[in-house]
Amino acid sequence: MVERLAESATEGRGKVSIVDCDIHNAVPSPESLKPYLSSRWQKHQEMIGPRYRHGFTQGDPYPRGNPNAARLDAWPPSGLPPGSDLAFMREQLLDALDIEYGILNCLDKVGEQLNEEYAAALARAVNDWQIAEWLEKDPRLRASIVVPYENADFAAAEIERVSDHPGFVQILLLVRTREPLGRRKYWRMYEAAEHYGLPVGIHFGGMGGNPITSSGWPSYYIEDHTTMSQAFQSQVISLVSEGVFERFPDLRVVMIEGGFAWLPPLMWRLDKHWKRLRDEVPHLKRLPSEYVKEHIWLTTQPMEEPTNPKHLLQVIEHLGSEEKLMFSTDYPHWDYDDPNRAFPIRLPPDLKQKIFSENARALYRFEAGE
Amino acid sequence: MHETSGDKTFPGQAAAGIIDCDVHNNVPSIEAIYPHLPDRWRDYLIEHGVSSIEPNYYPRGAPLSARPGSRPPSGAPPGSDLGLLREQLLDPWEVQCAILNCLYGVQMLYNDDWAAAMARAVNNWQIAEWLEKDPRLRASIVVPAQSPELAAEEIDRLGGHPGFVQVLLLVRAKMPYGRRYYWPIYQEAERYGLPVGIHAGGATGDPITPVGWPSYYIEDYVSLAQAFQSQVISLVSEGVFARFPQLRVVLIEGGFTWLPSLMWRLDKNWKGVRREVPWVDRLPSEVIHEHIRLTIQPVDEPPTPEHLFQIIEQIGSEELLLFSTDYPHWHFDKREDALPTKLPSELERKILVENAQAVYQL
Repeated sequence: MVERLAESATEGRGKVSIVDCDIHNAVPSPESLKPYLSSRWQKHQEMIGPRYRHGFTQGDPYPRGNPNAARLDAWPPSGLPPGSDLAFMREQLLDALDIEYGILNCLDKVGEQLNEEYAAALARAVNDWQIAEWLEKDPRLRASIVVPYENADFAAAEIERVSDHPGFVQILLLVRTREPLGRRKYWRMYEAAEHYGLPVGIHFGGMGGNPITSSGWPSYYIEDHTTMSQAFQSQVISLVSEGVFERFPDLRVVMIEGGFAWLPPLMWRLDKHWKRLRDEVPHLKRLPSEYVKEHIWLTTQPMEEPTNPKHLLQVIEHLGSEEKLMFSTDYPHWDYDDPNRAFPIRLPPDLKQKIFSENARALYRFEAGE
Repeated sequence: MHETSGDKTFPGQAAAGIIDCDVHNNVPSIEAIYPHLPDRWRDYLIEHGVSSIEPNYYPRGAPLSARPGSRPPSGAPPGSDLGLLREQLLDPWEVQCAILNCLYGVQMLYNDDWAAAMARAVNNWQIAEWLEKDPRLRASIVVPAQSPELAAEEIDRLGGHPGFVQVLLLVRAKMPYGRRYYWPIYQEAERYGLPVGIHAGGATGDPITPVGWPSYYIEDYVSLAQAFQSQVISLVSEGVFARFPQLRVVLIEGGFTWLPSLMWRLDKNWKGVRREVPWVDRLPSEVIHEHIRLTIQPVDEPPTPEHLFQIIEQIGSEELLLFSTDYPHWHFDKREDALPTKLPSELERKILVENAQAVYQL
């Protein structure tokens, strides 16, 4: 398995450097976080443990396509869960694909905890674990600060606590939140992110307590996965409409693992109806699409695949900017994108380099490679 | 808006005129439906002080809610006056057929029997005040979708009436519309050869976006597109069209420029996890091409007209789009902006007339 990947890393790709904007480092087990929790929270973890807005002890209502939602070949020989073994990740991803920088988005369930103080303690533990086990072990890695995003004060405190570590390049939220993310409840967190120059990463997933569609709960995982796109769209609408980008003009937001072909029609729709309804939102001084183009980036995976590959180039044109897309693999998930196969059509070389590394380099302020 | 009749707005417009697949006939006041209610329910309304079940989908004063000139001088709601409708739409646009979608808030009611009684009354009112007064009008059967058995009864009552050409649902519902709970509605609709129209709106008390309640009306209106997307995913994934192969669904007032990206994403996921939904035996986009239609307003057009043409091509079928004005809602200024891009005349004719004739059997 590893040999095949190493071969394909050089085939057909040419000398394109890669910044992978979405890698999932997994906490091997609750035990792994114990050293980073105070005894008060260790006891809580043993006695009560995590509590979410659903009833499952293990898993959640929509079983994933694969166990751990992972590629079948991503289970390390060590026996650890997919994404938790750095040595194997190096072999299968970082070295095999010659990744220049990889951004870790740890999906351990922190922000969704009903107990907000426990969420804050878990955030601290996960971030300290990320520093010790990942950032300090491989210079190619960067990470997102995991925050208890439903309590903006606690989230701001955690951002302040770890922002000076150079390995942290972003803060991480999950897209299905309790309220739309433009709402004032979240502003203190944006204030902190903006102050420390950190983009806000909004990632696929989350159990915010709302039915996952505006018409209730669907039956199947295929619906859960596909309808995540509507959650991303609702968040874009909210962030723009609530004037978050007027209030925080230096704030940058990244939509991670949401796809991107849905964005142009959404911008057109927002612009159209803003023209009629703008008096309701006088705090908006510009076209909604201008705020989107100035403040929002997107990772490429899971890339929508047009039946006619040429249509993908049309989508990129409809985005109105070549600087918005950033390549991601989503390693080790089942819908992972291989950089050699992800794009069904030949990209112009400049655009290709922008998507594969330069847009991320600019956003995250990485230095140019050697 | 008073325009001379006889000038064709669209080069491809047939001599017979256009078919407008989304026009709103609004109930002028609750008293207007009293004559169509049995005593028990008329008394209920009066005793309980129900002054209206008009929904808040279109705030009265919002520019989007009513194009200039469409508010009757009497102060009644826009769209409640047949005379104005003739003057502003049917005559100047040379409409050969207009399909009425009445959004009176039947689906919001938690009392199922009351909802069913109101649905019956509204439909009888539609017959008396609209269908029997202008031969160009057709209507959608208003049903209490929250109770599929009662909704099926109403479809059965009126399914044979030639004036009714569709069953009307609202896009925001208690459950995704693919769920088996709703299948009695589809069974009756298919039996009568009626498409099911899913229209913008709906209010169940549940959050109107998948991430909770937004602050502003503009967010409410814009996020209707996401509601339509979720319903398409549900209808396809639950195998509604496998179970009811003759059924057609029309998405009304949701726009359409979001459709290609949704089809691509759903097709891709189906390839990955199709074992979970074995009744979806072909690409979701093929199911959509066969069973789903969309009215064009609001067009949500890009700033570059060529890009709109590309989206229409990306949809991958010429049979999906149905012309609509969405009268009295205000989406365009000049008449020709109702279809704001140059299309080949054959495609234009399909959108203006033929696709509607096919799905509504006109």
